[in-house]
Amino acid sequence: MRNVLNFGTAPASRRGLGKFKSVLGGSVIAALALAGCAPAETEMAVMTEQVSPDVGGPAVVRRLTRHQYRTIIGDLFGGSIVVGGPFEPDVRESGLLAVGASTVSIASTGLEAYTKMARNIAAQVVDSEHRDMLMGCAPAAVDKPDDACASQFLSRVGRYMFRRPLTDAELQDRVAAANESANIRGNFYLGIETALVTLLVSPNFLFIHEASEPDPQHPGLERLDAYSKASRLSFFLWNNSPDEALLAAAESGALHTRKGVEEQVNRMLASPQLESGVRAFFTDMLEFEIFDTLSKDQVLYPKFNFTLAEAAKEQTLRTIIDHLLVKNGDYRDLYTTPNTFLTRELAAVYQVPLGGLSKDWIPYEYPAGAQHAGILSQVSFVALHSHPGRTSPTLRGKALREVLLCQKVPDPPGDVNFTIVQDTANPNFKTVRQRLDAHASEPMCVGCHKITDPMGLALENFDTIGGYRASENGADIDTSGSLDGIAFQDALGLGRAMHDNPATASCLTDRVYNYGVGRQATKSESEWLKASVLKDFAANDYQFPHLLKRIATSGPFFRVNQPETSETAQEALASAATNVQ
Amino acid sequence: MSAVNRMASRRRVLRGMMGGSAVTVALPFLDCFLNSNGTALAATGQELPVVFGNWYWGCGLTPGRWEPAMTGKFSGPLPPEIAALEPFRDKLNVYSGMKVYLDGKPPRPHTSGRQACQGGHVPGGEGDSEHASVDSLISEVVGKRTRFRSLEAAATGNPRDSVSRRSATVMNPSEGDPAALYARVFGPEFVDPNAADFKPDPLIMAERSALSAVTDERQALMKNLGATDKARMDEYFTSLRELEGRLDIELSKPAPLEACTVPDEVASHDINNKGYSGVEIDSVIERNKLFSKIMAHAVACDQTRVFNVSFSDSQSSLRKAGDTTTHHILTHEEAIDEELGYQPRATWFFTPIMEGFAYMAQELANIREGDGTLLDRSLVLASSESGLAKIHGVENLPLLTLGSAGGRIHTGMHLQPKGDAVTRVGLTLQQVMGVSTSSWGTGSMKTSKAFTEIMV
Repeated sequence: MRNVLNFGTAPASRRGLGKFKSVLGGSVIAALALAGCAPAETEMAVMTEQVSPDVGGPAVVRRLTRHQYRTIIGDLFGGSIVVGGPFEPDVRESGLLAVGASTVSIASTGLEAYTKMARNIAAQVVDSEHRDMLMGCAPAAVDKPDDACASQFLSRVGRYMFRRPLTDAELQDRVAAANESANIRGNFYLGIETALVTLLVSPNFLFIHEASEPDPQHPGLERLDAYSKASRLSFFLWNNSPDEALLAAAESGALHTRKGVEEQVNRMLASPQLESGVRAFFTDMLEFEIFDTLSKDQVLYPKFNFTLAEAAKEQTLRTIIDHLLVKNGDYRDLYTTPNTFLTRELAAVYQVPLGGLSKDWIPYEYPAGAQHAGILSQVSFVALHSHPGRTSPTLRGKALREVLLCQKVPDPPGDVNFTIVQDTANPNFKTVRQRLDAHASEPMCVGCHKITDPMGLALENFDTIGGYRASENGADIDTSGSLDGIAFQDALGLGRAMHDNPATASCLTDRVYNYGVGRQATKSESEWLKASVLKDFAANDYQFPHLLKRIATSGPFFRVNQPETSETAQEALASAATNVQ
Repeated sequence: MSAVNRMASRRRVLRGMMGGSAVTVALPFLDCFLNSNGTALAATGQELPVVFGNWYWGCGLTPGRWEPAMTGKFSGPLPPEIAALEPFRDKLNVYSGMKVYLDGKPPRPHTSGRQACQGGHVPGGEGDSEHASVDSLISEVVGKRTRFRSLEAAATGNPRDSVSRRSATVMNPSEGDPAALYARVFGPEFVDPNAADFKPDPLIMAERSALSAVTDERQALMKNLGATDKARMDEYFTSLRELEGRLDIELSKPAPLEACTVPDEVASHDINNKGYSGVEIDSVIERNKLFSKIMAHAVACDQTRVFNVSFSDSQSSLRKAGDTTTHHILTHEEAIDEELGYQPRATWFFTPIMEGFAYMAQELANIREGDGTLLDRSLVLASSESGLAKIHGVENLPLLTLGSAGGRIHTGMHLQPKGDAVTRVGLTLQQVMGVSTSSWGTGSMKTSKAFTEIMV
């Protein structure tokens, strides 16, 4: 909780920080302080790199995700303010919701929902429990408008919500609305409530608008303006709107200097809020929003419920935070690490004896020889990419290719004959592998199944909710497989193959950059990522904070160039958008 | 100060309203009573409004098991997979034999068929997006004077299961929990048209006026945006206008509607609640029933004139409790029974699906308006995204309608223009509902051939 309004006593601890404290103690701060103070030669390499000014892409307009909305409201008004739903579904593009956010608008139904949420939030902010703490001023008379107090409150709140100071017109409109509403409703605070609703439903709040301006260092080219830079950094590293220090750095022009950017990035990387940011990135990349609607057959898999689904996500995120931030480990080791965290519910699924009766998360290291290692064998991967009642090596293999290696698997063709894979009771085809082999021997199917099934089958020891099994229908499960020419015998071998696959790190590099800029990298950016950023990531032992810093302090991250070829595509989209013939 | 002045004129109307305690702002339509037989409004003789419903499910029907044997006016028992519609046979039309033309674009299983039927356009690649859906085009014409331009619901409980799209960038998400839909329609903002007194809510009044502050942001926002982002912001401001329209309606005294009654409140059926799975067939059936009732009452109370209900997702993930396979998997993997000539386990799902559609129709028919029912002035399309789902077929897609839109079309007909584009149905629906368009669809699916033979 930043308590940005900074009046009265701070409200109850926000869940981000609370979670951070309970999970990791103070170790992240220490580790990141180190990361922030990387060796001098690396710093120099970053800051003196000459990137062609052609490298860059367009500014974007992003719709706030539901998580961002909740975080911002929580930070602004305190954790005791209840934020209801529903939110419009986020949309995934190019592997990320963060990129999809740059393609969506707000439907009538969506704005209706935002308006109801706004009313609820605004009513809580001005209620007797919160107003003194959050307002910062009191009206001369409660039953009358007070423009001075309204202006003071709305300008302060508006600056955080719009991520820049309100313009005179924006503020005056709101003060007038508060005044009018106070007259209609006979109460100053109810007037503030109405004015606050207009901030909460404003497109300047609900969308992150990036603005560009001429770049004095590169005449003829554009860069993000200072407040847009602050937002880009803040949503990238914290998944949150800029805090006071970032806004101040934007206001003073510090974000237009290398030193200013570096100071802010170092500060942000050392902040406890980094954990929220990294969690948000992996929650997006690993498609965890699917858990919102994931269900498993309750007759066959009674262990799977809402609690287990939440624990499954949390297990993977804890594994990631511990490995990448606390231990500053090699990203690729996430596919092989025997270290994780378990709850009793998860331990029951994994059939792991977990000592103690605590309800808390317990660090756990799989013994040598165990079939579980790395995030691929976790419930969050194998259950997410399965059918409700049975596993699917094809879905798992497809996810592995598309989510973790950034490779596109083609859609299945029309006119497929699936009858070969039909009957799970067929005595000749007892295991999934046997049934799939039979199906994939069809010439029209073999091409695609070759790129998904050999790695998906290595995870067949894990049933549709992630429980371990050695056999299916009485037949031993054969978990041998291969990935891009590397053969292995089981899930552990698959994890090692993922670790060694060059696409693993390059995919992450691309995803992190795309996540940061809210769009797919342009051609020039992709080339730069490959030629420079990825190499640098490798030279620094694939340490994740280093990758974040490398991107956040780079020139291209803030440069605004029009894309090379997508003008026609943009026009086509715009014409489709308005085509209601 | 100039901003305040600017707003003053815009707010004059509301300020005037606030002077009196009981406020009546008559809307063009809602100011009169029904005539004695309930088909028209007494004061103007204007007909009761037509209603469009869009009911959707995934994985088609089995070719040969849903099309009536005769074309034209059909007789005899309905084919087995649509037998549940028997009580409504006189109000039913069946459209068969039509297909999706891809013009060389790669087919996307369970997606291309939906895009073609609902939007008349199958996107071909990067930058080419889906088009506005038929229900949305119709709501542009018939939905402007109701609180909700349209209402969407998904019996799967998943808000993403919606076929309704306002544009390339705006999908109209579904309500997944009947309790949430109930609260939206019949919650505190609902104004009972038959209530004796009416007093506008000061909160709504203040908010309606204050929203001009948001409208005023438009000009500055639009500056320096590319074409795509401009279109997205336009969509936002369209939603804002619709919100303002909704508030205007909530501030107006509605005309009495005899058939309007508020249904019983509904308990939550959220998919995270114990006992309610997303796609288990029993939960889906239950949600469809509740949504059907709420939609019918919402229409009877003139809260909306367009509704969408998705019974399943396009891929039909429906399944029976305790079964390892879903409807979708069964369509692909189950063998065709040689004696029966179809896939028995996959086909089983078509019974609850068509019963679900019949249930929707029954809820509309339960609401009596004069000599007829709400179903009579409705036109409800039921359609799916594939023909034979086993092969992701996009030929012979099942399309059915119930109701005559207040006598605007003849019913009891089977139309089978073999090989024609499926867009003919969408064009016909638009024309029947009053959309001024002579053609619809793109590429080989562009058509100007509405089914004039059934149009009155």
